[in-house]
Amino acid sequence: MRVLVTVKFTPDLQSDRSFTNGTVTRTADDGSMNELDENAVEAALQLVEAAGSGEVIALTIGGPDAVAAVRKALQLGVGRAIHVSDPAIAGSDVFGTARVLASAIRRVHDDAPLDLVITGMAALDGLTSMLPTALAVELDWAQLTLASSLSVADGVATIERHLPDAHETVSAALPAVVSVTDEANKPRYPNFKMIMAARTAVVETWSLGDLGVVPSTVGASGARVSVVEASPREPRTPVIVTDTGEGGRELADFLIERGLA
Amino acid sequence: MSAVGEKTVAVLVERHGEHVSQPTLEALTLADTLGVPVAVWLGGTPSDEAIQALGDYGAVQVRVVDADVRLPAVGAAALAAAGHDAEVFIVVSTFVNKEIATRLALLKGAGVVVDAAGAEVVDGRVETTQTVFAATWNVRSRINREVAIVGVRPNTTQAVAIEDAALPAVVEVPFEAPATRETVVSVEAVEASDGVPLAEAPVVVSGGRGTGGDYSLIREFAAVLGGAVGASRDATDEGWISHEHMVGQTGTTVTPALYVAAGISGAVHHRGGMQASGTIVAVNLDPDAPIFEISDFGVVGSLFDVLPAAIARIRKVRGE
Repeated sequence: MRVLVTVKFTPDLQSDRSFTNGTVTRTADDGSMNELDENAVEAALQLVEAAGSGEVIALTIGGPDAVAAVRKALQLGVGRAIHVSDPAIAGSDVFGTARVLASAIRRVHDDAPLDLVITGMAALDGLTSMLPTALAVELDWAQLTLASSLSVADGVATIERHLPDAHETVSAALPAVVSVTDEANKPRYPNFKMIMAARTAVVETWSLGDLGVVPSTVGASGARVSVVEASPREPRTPVIVTDTGEGGRELADFLIERGLA
Repeated sequence: MSAVGEKTVAVLVERHGEHVSQPTLEALTLADTLGVPVAVWLGGTPSDEAIQALGDYGAVQVRVVDADVRLPAVGAAALAAAGHDAEVFIVVSTFVNKEIATRLALLKGAGVVVDAAGAEVVDGRVETTQTVFAATWNVRSRINREVAIVGVRPNTTQAVAIEDAALPAVVEVPFEAPATRETVVSVEAVEASDGVPLAEAPVVVSGGRGTGGDYSLIREFAAVLGGAVGASRDATDEGWISHEHMVGQTGTTVTPALYVAAGISGAVHHRGGMQASGTIVAVNLDPDAPIFEISDFGVVGSLFDVLPAAIARIRKVRGE
């Protein structure tokens, strides 16, 4: 069982996130691996552990900071880490990102076939959930997305997905791209030994040139959508009252005054 | 390039059973400001009532693709077939539709923005507005492609019926479903809860840890306000209420006109799923609960005292 997990470096949700020149401001000291990617790493580790043999590989793309995402994956127990780092990647939209990831995945797959690529259900910065689909199309592999459970048997992956109107069971022959939700499992915590080992573990660094990706097809120049304006929203000005018997009435009057009740 | 107002705008219809969903009507109203709206009905045949509703909100045609569209690859191909002449596609921003939008974008070489709050045509290109980073920033984006796909969030456009709308023509679209790598093994329909679905509700009343598992007041307040019932992750993890009610970044993202958070502290994951709501009010025992920082009005107190008093006051003012 060989499984590759794509992981993303995202700004800390608790930090003041912002835009600079139309792209998300990224600084090394307040970011880490996207929290929802922990479920993807966990799903991959469990499959390989259950199979008794195999390998989990973590892949990320982006500037020098992004290596923090694969280091976190190494702490959790993945055996190999790859970082595609190239200045031309900056400003990529989901399609550019999928193209770079797919090129790197193909290179890994050509060396020794992969069974699955597993991703998180969304990145907690952008939350679009589009990447897994775009990646499946780029690779021309099956798409099994938003899995709340995943099983693999006899060369077929089967997932359950809980949609608002239906619970579906969907299957596909391997290889496939699977995205897992935060219901799929409970990610493990890294132990001290793993944290120490991850610090010095080798991360393979590839460039776009290594992958044969033409830089102008990705990054800001290849993006199908560009941010033309970004401004912080006016914060709300909360009116807070303490209930001494009148709180409920005051709440009702506030709603009535705004035409909401 | 077409002049403004002449673009064909294909709107993917969402429905509950036979009924056209409110967000679809909102999407048609938005489509009408961008060009000529055509409604796309995937799977089955629309009822006369549904056709009338689509026409009332601006659809000049209802294009019907009779196909099983549970898989995104099929849904995207069907939408592409129905909107072969469309320069703009609008879908309601759900998880499934985002997958369809992604595949459609790759089929058409289109640009796509999901979770948008609005769109307009500027110099022949579609520009969208949306809030990001848990609604702390406003962003305007430009789609730099001939074909634009926009996923719109419910409750971000006011649906407006057109007076004396003509009954739209119904056009059957010939379609052969593409071969897919995925197989749908089984589908188990989820029993729809009473009232409006959470994502579409104009009012959401949510309860969290502070309810202690007792949702009766939350349900009652929601009923009084004509809203849906939501919950925090704490509450769904405790098994107090089903996962379908969870509001948050990995549950349902909501943008109602009014969001009521009762007994919810406002963890970052919860806030990300509701912070773009119109008006936010909170009731919490803890004066330092982070939910108060993003509220328009807050009451420090017990929801078991505050909600009954608020319900009584509203009923009294209404003369009930």
